[in-house]
Amino acid sequence: MWEIKHSKPATFYDRFERKSGDTEITHYCPGCGHGVLHKLVAEAIDDFGIQDRAILVGCVGCSIFMYYYMDVGNISSSHGRAPAVATGVKRARPEAIVFCYQGDGDLAAIGGNEILHAANRGEPITVFFVNNGIYGMTGGQMAPTTPLGQKTTTSPRGRTAQVEGPPIRMCELLSTLDGPAYIERVALTDAKHHMRARKAVRKALKNQMEGRGFSFIEVLSACPSNWKVSPKDAIQWVEKNMVPIFPLQVFRDEDKHGATPLCLRHGTSPERKIPAGPKIQESAVRGAIAGGELGEVSMKLAGFGGQGVLFSGLALAEAALREGLQVSWIPSYGPEMRGGTANCHVRISKSPIASPLINRPSSLMVFNQPSLEKFADQVLPGGLLLANSSMVTDIPDLPDIQIVRVPAYEAARDLGNVKAANMIMLGAYLEITRAVAQEAILAAFTDNGMRPNLLKANVAALEAGRRIVSGTRLQNPQLRL
Amino acid sequence: MGDSDRGDVKISEHHCKGCGLCIEACPAKVLAQGGSLNRQGYYAAVYQGSGCTGCGICFYVCPEPGAITVLINKAKKKPAA
Repeated sequence: MWEIKHSKPATFYDRFERKSGDTEITHYCPGCGHGVLHKLVAEAIDDFGIQDRAILVGCVGCSIFMYYYMDVGNISSSHGRAPAVATGVKRARPEAIVFCYQGDGDLAAIGGNEILHAANRGEPITVFFVNNGIYGMTGGQMAPTTPLGQKTTTSPRGRTAQVEGPPIRMCELLSTLDGPAYIERVALTDAKHHMRARKAVRKALKNQMEGRGFSFIEVLSACPSNWKVSPKDAIQWVEKNMVPIFPLQVFRDEDKHGATPLCLRHGTSPERKIPAGPKIQESAVRGAIAGGELGEVSMKLAGFGGQGVLFSGLALAEAALREGLQVSWIPSYGPEMRGGTANCHVRISKSPIASPLINRPSSLMVFNQPSLEKFADQVLPGGLLLANSSMVTDIPDLPDIQIVRVPAYEAARDLGNVKAANMIMLGAYLEITRAVAQEAILAAFTDNGMRPNLLKANVAALEAGRRIVSGTRLQNPQLRL
Repeated sequence: MGDSDRGDVKISEHHCKGCGLCIEACPAKVLAQGGSLNRQGYYAAVYQGSGCTGCGICFYVCPEPGAITVLINKAKKKPAA
């Protein structure tokens, strides 16, 4: 009585329908190690019954088309970013069995950072790392793992330590970290080593099923096409030239259950408690937008870094939030903490906001001359320009735009607090537009833990700003400010 | 298949890319390169017809998922070592 002992694992599609050309066979070259490892992974998924919850995070390289073959959930990540994508998938779906499948160019070169940090965090994912010492898909360029002396298209005289640096050993590198639970290097050479690889693949997946932590399997694998040797010689080349540099061993085998991110620990409920954010205190008084007298606000605030430009915009947005409005606030600033340019875009609306970016603001608050010169032309006709006249002295003739000058620095000095100029500007804006209630701004300050003496100083500044423009009304209240 | 054998191996001529890794790895040395080109232009591996032990090594070393199927004869017990 004959029975099937080994056949194509069920995790593979019957036919590779997404592939162009022949849909029965893979795109891999004869003798390529990828197919072998695919088979080991697929067989393990079959045997463990995890096909329905297995998610493959693919890489860029020859194995980019792995999703053609494996009937599991899959996401193609940007080059090298598979461990970062897998982190997101695993955290969103802790019950999923998430595995990365990456080549050496992908993982050790462009993705060096992602793998290092995923391993360091002990993300309870599984990473299969195929090391064939070369960039395969792109045509045989040198990889970080290329052995010294090996000729590639980008090391045509052979890799040297002096010029290209020695090969990087990923298992050894990751072994310096506390995060990983399991690290092993195997090779697809003879039958014995295939069985060792099989065992390692299964263990790496089993670890994830049992919540033991981050598992990393490096698989030394042949690339006959780019090495320009026969498949048989390629296997011998792995034994002779790769194994001595990349020793086959278990580098780490520990249960790191306790070290994996808290939200993912095996046995804890995926429905975890989210820590409460800052309390949002609803404002009792509402401004003109909530009241419907004023349309949507699309505003730019601009000045030097350190003038409180971003904070003014944020105060406005936070206040609107407390009036039940939709808001967006995006800052844009240079690398300097002081003195660089800074601006922010604020949108406030009663309906959902499609884009936080503002190309044509209906109101502009400028704190310095360069900002005026940069943004004045963008203001929509009928719009409002609020200028800190202490610094913005040269305002060109802007027809159709209501210009309001606020000597914010002088006023702030009078209050004995030069840092309060931004609140004076904001106070003036509130007085003219009444866009949000001052109470809502103060509620936002209180919610965010502003100390009473500072709160008092800010109230004084807001009031001072209001007094400066007292009696000024918005010329064009119909405008979507 | 040889009825007296413990194992049997089916190689899909169409799937095989002729890399020869199974031929190399087979402990019983019962696989060989075929004499004609397949649809892809490869000389597919062929089973010589008898002597397969059903060890499955050819299956694991083969890079093509659907190329090799290994069967075992349940009636035949492993010979004493």
